[in-house]
Amino acid sequence: MKATNEFRLTIDSRSVNESFARVAVSAFVAQLDPTIDELGDIKTAVSEAVTNCIVHAYPDSVGKIYIWTGIYENGKIKIKIKDRGCGIIDIRQAMEPLFSTLGGERAGLGFAVMESFTDKIRVYSKVGKGTTVCLEKTITGRPADD
Amino acid sequence: MSAIIDGNSERMTVWLDGEIDHHNAGGIRVRIDETLIRLRPKLLSLDFSAVTFMDSSGIGLIMGRYKNIQSWSGKLEVINVPRSMSKVMRLAGLERIATIRNMEEIK
Repeated sequence: MKATNEFRLTIDSRSVNESFARVAVSAFVAQLDPTIDELGDIKTAVSEAVTNCIVHAYPDSVGKIYIWTGIYENGKIKIKIKDRGCGIIDIRQAMEPLFSTLGGERAGLGFAVMESFTDKIRVYSKVGKGTTVCLEKTITGRPADD
Repeated sequence: MSAIIDGNSERMTVWLDGEIDHHNAGGIRVRIDETLIRLRPKLLSLDFSAVTFMDSSGIGLIMGRYKNIQSWSGKLEVINVPRSMSKVMRLAGLERIATIRNMEEIK
């Protein structure tokens, strides 16, 4: 199945770009007329994925984050967030709620939030090569008379 | 992201304003802790009524302040939480460490 509409965005892994990234994706998705809750879910999930790239993928340098969003039939959207950073050694462990390699003020909830705020998440990672997070969500949107 | 901080040794309130993410959580954490450690209040109240976005960095911010206030057996409440943010807080199980009160829905 091919996306009916898509956009690509490349940003530097600077924390100031976190808000830009989530707002860009949510602004693109707005054409599906999502509810406020659906938009909030997408913003939060994208924010988590982009923060992971900044904090974990490129811990000591500034790299590129590649964001792609596609719109499919029946309100389905796919979001890919990719980096060419250090990669994840153990994906299953990384996705466990409350697990964090950094400790401190990181809650270890990034993947748990992405999982619960979207319909589907897939994570591909290769140590030394990078990580791709694929998120899917179907927008049911607002009723026509709303 | 900004915050108004006021209080005494009984109760310290932080009115948070704007978006809480990884980029700005650090700055706000330093500001809260400065006053928190000086006052050592019995109750820390975080007011979320003017917060427009929060991801798990906000959970880290709340849990970190809870750890600090616990060192003198203080209590934590998180009040006026907008509906969109209560979902993240529930996921994190914050109700186990703090009193959470959601914002009244305006009909």
